[in-house]
Amino acid sequence: MGLLSDPVRRRALARLVLRLNAPLCVLSYVAGIAWFLALVFPPLTQRTYMSENAMGSTMVEEQFAGGDRARAFARDFAAHRKKSGALPVAWLERTMRSAGLEVHTQSFSRKLPFPDETHERYMVSGTNVYGILRAPRAASTESLVLTVPCGSDSTNSQAVGLLLALAAHFRGQIYWAKDIIFLVTEHDLLGTEAWLEAYHDVNVTGMQSSPLQGRAGAIQAAVALELSSDVVTSLDVAVEGLNGQLPNLDLLNLFQTFCQKGGLLCTLQGKLQPQDWTSLDGPLQGLQTLLLMVLRQASGRPHGSHGLFLRYRVEALTLRGINSFRQYKYDLVAVGKALEGMFRKLNHLLERLHQSFFLYLLPALSRFVSIGLYMPAAGFLLLVLGLKALELWMQLHEAEVGLEEPGGAPGPSVPLPPSQGVGLASLVAPLLISQAMGLALYVLPVLGQHVATQHFPVAEAEAVVLTLLAIYAAGLALPHNTHRVVSTQAPDRGWMALKLVALIYLALQLGCIALTNFSLGFLLATTMVPAAALAKPHGPRTLYAALLVLTSPAATLLGSLFLWRELQEAPLSLAEGWQLFLAALAQGVLEHHTYGALLFPLLSLGLYPCWLLFWNVLFWK
Amino acid sequence: MAAAMPLALLVLLLLGPRGWCLAEPPRDSLREELVITPLPSGDVAATFQFRTRWDSELQREGDTDHYFLRYAVLPREVVCTENLTPWKKLLPCSSKAGLSVLLKADRLFHTSYHSQAVHIRPVCRNARCTSISWELRQTLSVVFDAFITGQGKKDWSLFRMFSRTLTEPCPLASESRVYVDITNYNQDNETLEVNPPPTTTYQDIILGTRKTYAIYDLLDTAMINNSRNLNIQLKWKRPPENEAPPVPFLHAQRYVSGYGLQKGELSTLLYNTHPYRAFPVLLLDTVPWYLRLYVHTLTITSKGKENKPSYIHYQPAQDRLQPHLLEMLIQLPANSVTKVSIQFERALLKWTEYTPDPNHGFYVSPSVLSALVPSVVAAKPVDWEESPLFNSLFPVSDGSNYFVRLYTEPLLVNLPTPDFSMPYNVICLTCTVVAVCYGSFYNLLTRTFHIEEPRTGSLAKRLANLIRRARGVPPL
Repeated sequence: MGLLSDPVRRRALARLVLRLNAPLCVLSYVAGIAWFLALVFPPLTQRTYMSENAMGSTMVEEQFAGGDRARAFARDFAAHRKKSGALPVAWLERTMRSAGLEVHTQSFSRKLPFPDETHERYMVSGTNVYGILRAPRAASTESLVLTVPCGSDSTNSQAVGLLLALAAHFRGQIYWAKDIIFLVTEHDLLGTEAWLEAYHDVNVTGMQSSPLQGRAGAIQAAVALELSSDVVTSLDVAVEGLNGQLPNLDLLNLFQTFCQKGGLLCTLQGKLQPQDWTSLDGPLQGLQTLLLMVLRQASGRPHGSHGLFLRYRVEALTLRGINSFRQYKYDLVAVGKALEGMFRKLNHLLERLHQSFFLYLLPALSRFVSIGLYMPAAGFLLLVLGLKALELWMQLHEAEVGLEEPGGAPGPSVPLPPSQGVGLASLVAPLLISQAMGLALYVLPVLGQHVATQHFPVAEAEAVVLTLLAIYAAGLALPHNTHRVVSTQAPDRGWMALKLVALIYLALQLGCIALTNFSLGFLLATTMVPAAALAKPHGPRTLYAALLVLTSPAATLLGSLFLWRELQEAPLSLAEGWQLFLAALAQGVLEHHTYGALLFPLLSLGLYPCWLLFWNVLFWK
Repeated sequence: MAAAMPLALLVLLLLGPRGWCLAEPPRDSLREELVITPLPSGDVAATFQFRTRWDSELQREGDTDHYFLRYAVLPREVVCTENLTPWKKLLPCSSKAGLSVLLKADRLFHTSYHSQAVHIRPVCRNARCTSISWELRQTLSVVFDAFITGQGKKDWSLFRMFSRTLTEPCPLASESRVYVDITNYNQDNETLEVNPPPTTTYQDIILGTRKTYAIYDLLDTAMINNSRNLNIQLKWKRPPENEAPPVPFLHAQRYVSGYGLQKGELSTLLYNTHPYRAFPVLLLDTVPWYLRLYVHTLTITSKGKENKPSYIHYQPAQDRLQPHLLEMLIQLPANSVTKVSIQFERALLKWTEYTPDPNHGFYVSPSVLSALVPSVVAAKPVDWEESPLFNSLFPVSDGSNYFVRLYTEPLLVNLPTPDFSMPYNVICLTCTVVAVCYGSFYNLLTRTFHIEEPRTGSLAKRLANLIRRARGVPPL
């Protein structure tokens, strides 16, 4: 502290920060990126381990043998579904009841804000069917959920068959201590959302649904299952949930344990886990998986119906059966045994899953990076903004002192010079205008879709996306000449003050995002920080402008799509990429309205206005 | 162990004021019976009742003073063999003879429901109540899961349920009977078959419906002597359809709604499925103090309209001393669902107040519903002493309705729980350090520093400056 309270040393330190600012910023940025890349190497990435005592060993003897039964159920289900064209509710009810479950149905309906073109739905109404296995001699205070989402594009017949066969098998056992809910939802995630909201008796998204007749206490964990073939080559596990929430790591460990026990081939992000972590190949493969996870988590979408459970603090994951061209295949018994083992282990739980990590990154199924180790990467990137803001603050301060010195009145108790007051007042207009742009971006596309469809030959969904892009682009073209009143003595003071405010605003936003959804925060920081640090009205303006446009939130989204497909080894052409980008925009808006995903409001109300401020700085006259 | 308390009380009562050895041998009377009822769901319920009555010198002390009435409830207790063994030892024949032979722990605990009770009460010996007897009543109800024990079939036999058959009556018993519910057993003998065929039947109105029971009296020598054992079997000739079981007139459901760890809502759904009769229900709720109820949010709605309770008694909680007590009399309209909801905020406990398994959640006891439910068939008032014991389980107030007391499910509520581990300490420590550092940093950053020339002037100079200031001349 003595360093800062001594004015002489303080001034020296300030000079150091000012003089070394550029190298320090570059160093900090590079350190952030390097730290992130280093996360896949063994000292930073650790082996996963089971923390929960109650699920410690895998000493469970799986007895599930209903493979034929599951296939028969699946065939019947597919036939009935084909016949009725919707979820065969009556058949499901009958089958579940004959398996000895307590069966209830729930009907729901939802009018989407605009037609969903990827799933081809607008006015949605459907019925969820669920059966409750009541645990003997228990008071229905806790439950587990096994759910299969049935959508129009994903039939999941085999998953329903396996669910029914497992229900019949579980019903015959005496050891259950928690109720088990077998849930089949229609219209995949919409049905799950309707059921969850009705179960917790809340209304988050404006869904209309009938109240539930049967409940089974607090849900402790949930597993969603997606299977569309009689045999699978591997099981893929999805953990990323709504708004980047993740289930407790122990649930994933549990799945991995039973994968190993049953000799199943299990993948994460569709990638097998590397065997050799000592050479460079393992970590490089891990980096691919890690980047895929970062991209998926940053998108904030629920990747499978498990993602919606996480809001209610129900630990959940989705298992997807993959049937590829591999030689060795597993039948439904193997999958059923893994599920049986997992449910028996979850049945042992005395407390909610809480022992292990909630915030982690996964470079492989059996490796993780904990929050303490990945956070510095985001910290280094945000430090750039801090350093830049400090520099600007000092320059402003020095300019102020410099202005006063020629005046020759070194009164320490003189109130703030009037020039600074003007500077702050001049900031109000750009701040308000950019925030208003953000608000327009958030509200207008959905609100004005009918006006747009009346005046232009476009469909509603197209209208929304095009309005979105139009408003986004209009923000750049706005004449930001609201700063005419800037004092002529110090023309630089205006943009410096604006940039200072914008830097602090950006740093705060990114910091908050990185704390809740590290992937999104890190991704945005990587792209936005350099341009934000460089933006100023002098120098090569066109270069800065190009850089700024390339790192705007929308361009980041486009870039992420290309990177994502590249990592999945299915590269995109430019036209495809553009189509995917438009679809992603529509999905983003839709998911905000249907599930409460926060990415769209975050970008439109928070980061886009902030980015406009930098644009404003760049074109400061 | 909750069973320990009643047991201690019981021993005290048995010993009497003068101790066991001095007491005269009590004049006991033991009645035991087993009622087997097939449930609409396909499961089989078996209810044992053992009633012992004896005269005692121990007198009852006047009427109950309701001012001292206390209500307490333990939301959860795990039933296990440790509860059964001492309970069985209270029976005169233990588990050697009579109906208690069937009480085999490994079968009883393979059931889907288990309820075990001990009631003790004074009973008047004559009309003026000058002398009293004590009555000890032990009941055990179990529900056998047809899916687990019967491999999907709904047929049952004593042997299949208990892995025992009845061989002899308890020599101390004055009455020892098995009642089998054969309400669906018509004259044409088509739906079900009981073996051995019953000699006598008994008809009664139970919970508003007419029931027929086959009676097997163990004291009837012919019943057992024929084959040295009695294994009652029931076979369905035409198994009932796999339909949703019928619902009772009054049932209830309770749950916690909302998400997150700050607020929540307790909701109770009361179903009246009677097609045309409305009836009042007394709802009693005790909620622990760490759920801070907001009483102004109490809403009762039925059929979309607000339902005003005719009586409300509310006793607010005191932290760490007393739970909330909420008692209401609510009229349930015919064929309706009434929702009673009240919002609460989750309190932060002191860190020593958390249970050893805080992340399991905290139990909230069930609410108790008491109601006089209108019955379909009119019942005749019965003589309690002559009718079977199980009749007293379903008391009838008058002919047109019957009394029901329901307990809803207990709830499990998560409270905001710190992470009681090493990271928790680390967080506490770092927060402290950050707080200290933040204060001094903030102080430094918001303060401007100026170099001030050291005061070199002597006393004379200062005096001169004082004078100069007084004169309005700039100081030296």
